[in-house]
Amino acid sequence: MSVPGGGGAPELYELPPGRTDLPRSRSRLFAGLRQEGAKGVLIAVVSTIAVFAVLTVVIVRSPNWPTVRQSFFDWQQFKSSLADVAPKFLRNIQYFMIAEVFILSWALLLAVMRSLPGPVFFPLRLISIGYTDLFRGIPTILIVYLLGFGVPAMQLPGVPRSNAFWAVVALILSYSAYVAEVYRAGIESIHPSQIASARSLGLTRLQSLRFVVIPQAIRRVIPPLLNDFVGLQKDTALVAFVVAIPEAFKQGQLDVSATFNYTPLLAVALMFLIITIPMTRLVDWLIARERAKRQGGAAL
Amino acid sequence: MTVPSSDGSGALRVEGLHKSFGKLEVLRGIDLQLAEHEVVCLIGASGSGKSTLLRCIDLLEPIDGGRIFVHGEEVTARGIDVNRIRRRIGIVFQAFNLFPHMTVLRNVTLAQTEALKLPRAEAEARAVELLERFGLAEKKDDYPDRLSGGQQQRVAIIRSLAMQPDILLLDEVTSALDPELVAGVLDLIRELAAGGMTMVIATHEMGFARDTARRVCFLDEGVILEEGPPERIFTEPHEERTKRFLQSIIEAGRM
Repeated sequence: MSVPGGGGAPELYELPPGRTDLPRSRSRLFAGLRQEGAKGVLIAVVSTIAVFAVLTVVIVRSPNWPTVRQSFFDWQQFKSSLADVAPKFLRNIQYFMIAEVFILSWALLLAVMRSLPGPVFFPLRLISIGYTDLFRGIPTILIVYLLGFGVPAMQLPGVPRSNAFWAVVALILSYSAYVAEVYRAGIESIHPSQIASARSLGLTRLQSLRFVVIPQAIRRVIPPLLNDFVGLQKDTALVAFVVAIPEAFKQGQLDVSATFNYTPLLAVALMFLIITIPMTRLVDWLIARERAKRQGGAAL
Repeated sequence: MTVPSSDGSGALRVEGLHKSFGKLEVLRGIDLQLAEHEVVCLIGASGSGKSTLLRCIDLLEPIDGGRIFVHGEEVTARGIDVNRIRRRIGIVFQAFNLFPHMTVLRNVTLAQTEALKLPRAEAEARAVELLERFGLAEKKDDYPDRLSGGQQQRVAIIRSLAMQPDILLLDEVTSALDPELVAGVLDLIRELAAGGMTMVIATHEMGFARDTARRVCFLDEGVILEEGPPERIFTEPHEERTKRFLQSIIEAGRM
C-alpha cells in the first residue's frame, strides 16, 4: 500500500491538515482521488483499464480457457438456472430472517447472564461461558450436520422431524455464541459511572441494564452485529447439506448434476451477492458515521 | 431490625465509617451528623476521602465498618432494600453522568416512572416544572451532548431532585466545568439551600462553601480532622494541616 504505517487510520492521509472531522468513505475506493482532481480520475481510469486488460489476456490465453468458459460461464445456462434458483433463494431469506430474530434475543440473554456479578450468578456465568466456548469452537457445518441429521433421526415424539428446521436451529446455536461476544463487548464498553448513576437513582440492577446499559451497548455494536448477519446470510447455504427440499445452493447443485455444467453455481452466488453487498455497504456507512460522530464529540 | 436514632430529628448520621479499597484504607472512622435542612460542605485535598464518603452514604460502595442512619433508620443494616434507600438519597457526580441516549426530559423522568412507579404524565409534569424553575425548559427535548457542561450538570441535579430526596449529596459538581459555567450551577445549589434542602457538598469552591454551608468539615486522610462554622474554619483553623490546605487553596487563587 502507498500509505506509510498502514493499518491504523490511513484515511487520515487523504485529508487536508485539520480536517479529520469529515465523515469518510470506509470502502477506500476513491482514496486520494479527490485531491488529485481530473488528473486523478484519468490516472485511475487508465490504471484500471491496464490492470483488467492484463487480467483478461492472462485468463483468456490460459490453455484450458475454452472448456472453463463453457462449463462455468454459459450464458444460456446462467439464465435458465437463475430462474430455477431465484425462487429457492426465498427459502434462504426465510432461514436467515427467522434465525436472526432468535440469534439476537438468545445472544443478548447469554451476554446479560455473563455480565451479572457476584456468587449467586456463578452458574449463569458458567453456562454462558461454557456455551460460547463450545459453539464458537465447533465448525458451524458440523453443528448443522449433527443437528440436521441427528435430531430427526432420534424420532422423538412431539419434536419436529424436518432436517431444515434443525439445520436452522444449528445456525441459531452457532451464531448466538458469536453474537453474544459482540453484545458483551458492547456491554463492557459502557462506563461504570453510567451504572452508578442509574443505581443511585434507585433503579434496580435489572432496570439499569434494561434502560441504561443495554440500549447504549446495542447502539455501539450495530455494525459488528450486521457483520455477523451478513455471515449468517451466507451460511444459510450450509442448510443445503442436510435438506431434501432445496434452497438456493442445493438447487444449484441439482442443476449442476443435471447439466454437467457449473454455471448454476454462479447464479447462486449472484443471489447471495444481491443481499450481502448492500448490507456490507450499509455496515461501512454506519461505521463511518459512528466514527465521525465520535470524533465530532471528542472535538467539543 | 431498625434501630431509631436517639434524637430522631437528625436527617443523617454517620458513625465510625470505615472503607478500604484493597489495602488502602480510604475512610478511617468518619462521624458526621446533619440536622434536617442543614447544609454541610466537605473540603479537603483530592484523595482525602470526600467522594468515597458520599458514595458510601448513597450505598454505592459496600462499607467495611460503621453505621449510617437516614432519618433514624439504619440504612447499613443487614438485608435492607438498597434501592428503596437510594431513592431517598440523591447524589450528583462530578462528571454529570447523564444518560446520553435519552432526552433531557427522559433523563429526569426515568427513575420516577421506573423506580417510583409514577405515571408518565405525573413524572413529566414534575420534570417540566423543575426544568422551568431552573431555566432549562426549552432544552427538554434535546439530548445531553447538545448541552453545555453547566446545563448538563444542572439537569443532573434536577434529575436527582425529581426523586424528591430527603438528602442530596453533591460530589464536586463544578470541578469538571469551565469557569464561566460554574456560577450557574452554584446559584442553583444556593437556591436549594435557601429552600431547605438537606445537603452534603464536597467542593473545592471555598467562597461558595463559606456563604452556603452552616458547617464545614475538613477531611484529611480518611478522617474529619476539623469541623466548624465556615467563618471559623476559614479564618482561624486549629489544625496545622487545615491551615496548610487552605494556604494552598489561596495560592491557587481559589478563595
